[in-house]
Amino acid sequence: MSVQSWTFILVAASFTLYIGIAVWSRANSTKDFYIAGAGVSPLANGMATAADWMSAASFISMAGLISFMGYDGAVYLMGWTGGYVLLALLLAPYLRKYGAYTVPDFVGDRYYSQTARIVAVVCAIFVSFTYVSGQMRGVGVVFSRFLEVDVNVGVYIGMAIVFFYAVLGGMKGITYTQVAQYCVLIFAYLVPAIFLSLLITGNPVPQLGFGSVDQASGVSLLERLNGLHQELGFSEYTSGTKSSLDVFFITAALMVGTAGLPHVIIRFYTVPRVRDARLSVGWALVFIALLYTTAPAVAVFARTNLLNSVSEVPYTEVPEWFTTWESTGLLTFDDVNGDGRIQFVGPDSPLANELTVDNDIIVLANPEIAGLPNWVVGLVAAGGLAAALSTAAGLLLVVSSAVSHDLLKRSIMPEITERGELIAARISAGVAVLVAGYLGINPPGFVAQVVAFAFGLAASSFFPVIILGIFTKSTTREGAILGMVSGITLTAAYIAYFTLIHPELNHADNWWFGISPQGIGTVGMLLNFAITLTVSRFTPDPPPEVQQLVEMIRVPKGAGAAHEISA
Amino acid sequence: MTEQPSQGSAGYQSDSSTRVRAAEYWRRNIRYVGILLVVWFTVSYGFGIIVVEPLDAVTIPGTGFPLGFWFAQQGAIYVFVALVFVYVFLMNRLDREFDLSEEDDT
Repeated sequence: MSVQSWTFILVAASFTLYIGIAVWSRANSTKDFYIAGAGVSPLANGMATAADWMSAASFISMAGLISFMGYDGAVYLMGWTGGYVLLALLLAPYLRKYGAYTVPDFVGDRYYSQTARIVAVVCAIFVSFTYVSGQMRGVGVVFSRFLEVDVNVGVYIGMAIVFFYAVLGGMKGITYTQVAQYCVLIFAYLVPAIFLSLLITGNPVPQLGFGSVDQASGVSLLERLNGLHQELGFSEYTSGTKSSLDVFFITAALMVGTAGLPHVIIRFYTVPRVRDARLSVGWALVFIALLYTTAPAVAVFARTNLLNSVSEVPYTEVPEWFTTWESTGLLTFDDVNGDGRIQFVGPDSPLANELTVDNDIIVLANPEIAGLPNWVVGLVAAGGLAAALSTAAGLLLVVSSAVSHDLLKRSIMPEITERGELIAARISAGVAVLVAGYLGINPPGFVAQVVAFAFGLAASSFFPVIILGIFTKSTTREGAILGMVSGITLTAAYIAYFTLIHPELNHADNWWFGISPQGIGTVGMLLNFAITLTVSRFTPDPPPEVQQLVEMIRVPKGAGAAHEISA
Repeated sequence: MTEQPSQGSAGYQSDSSTRVRAAEYWRRNIRYVGILLVVWFTVSYGFGIIVVEPLDAVTIPGTGFPLGFWFAQQGAIYVFVALVFVYVFLMNRLDREFDLSEEDDT
């Protein structure tokens, strides 16, 4: 069977599964809709969190990025996993004990202030929408490449699926769909990785394989790759090119951003007890680590394969995948020296580079480059869609609950009935899907860059005020509000300055202390901490009931008493 | 993360021995968190970033991995997973010791 029929069958089967789950797990109350009735088991929640968390960027782009960045790719690997340690130790158990529905809920109550709540709502919507538009685009790209439909048609199909289970099932539908999506995406990621590892090194475990001996050359694979890099004028694969300080700041921004992303935090409201929240972070990290420890192996295999299969090859004899990807514009060849052969070389080479390869095609093209069976290629397409759809759904729920719960119920019309709030939640989820689809079809030019910056924004707004809200009793509303506003403003301004206003200035010489826009979230976070703590010293202490609230969330007992397990 | 003494807590009435125990529970929790975060920092920012170059001079025996590179792209992640489960274990034990376990809360 052809790649296209395999893709069609596998994608259709996975979509049927998602819709089936959505019908089975409809939400009957706002509690179901916002936090799945707080009845999800830690293991299922771990899987759902992993799918929620791993977006099209993790699945499609990350291994490609690492294969171009070599050692420097560690910023993503450590940055996007280390945040879970912070979540488990500093956030998840306490937020679960507090038992809110949303992140602005906690911020508004802990800081006894509607202003703080509204600031948090704005931050949550801003962070989530920047992130979600990239997901919808990812759905469109996968559809257009593998099923040869228009990118926009792909976005419409993706919207319809997400609309169906997010609007019908809310968090409950999303959670159980995400469990299925995790299974699809991890299978789709591991199968080609295992194939490649076996082909190249004879070791079936990719995590060990990329440290073993390359069967073709008889030397260690990493040594062989470093050698190839040197020959072709790239810098050594296992050493980086970024400054240590920048690597440090980017890693910190991604870690702290992970722990501050509202769609990740709310996942830990859905389990019955505080101890389940802790355990559930552990499971989530296991499921994430499975993909994140495989990615650097895939990166090395892909890099080696790519260099071996295109370097000095006559253009007339390129493999079929080369031509297919060339037609998408994601791979371009320009025969600068007119010798009809492909020179794929780095900045240190005397020759001119003639080949440009987009990061995003590495994972998608990898099975084809390695000549794996057609069904594996189709599986990768289904996996990419699962990753994009699951993240999009989680983000849309944050937007919907911010509007129906934090804005309507807690701010504008507190007398709204349970039924009314549930209808409002469904309508806002529906509207959010449409807006996300619109952004996917008409992406503002900067979306691709901005998605990575959602982390900096989350790091500089939510993380400090939540931490201080739990670990100190004396942090005041004035401190928190000024801290959030100044942190996110500094971060957004720095990013906007270098990516939108003066992109031509965006290199290390102009950055503050050599910190790139990707790492500035760490500075924003430190500023937020400093301002929140300083202002809190000079403003009246929080009222006694807030201080009691802080004491209450620090002890686990009594969190789950009233919650019934209903799914 | 320093603990601030609570002020203005007039009107806060609670059994004093419960409060003392809760404060002791919290102190132990903070100590666990502190120790685990030191490990967290050491394997990622320490081994993976700050001292990555000297560590790269060593290759892990039997493999082709430079040690620093391995920590940055593999080892730190394994340690992260272990840290979370160690914390789960420590806190479940602490909850039982202080009779704050949610065993009967279901």
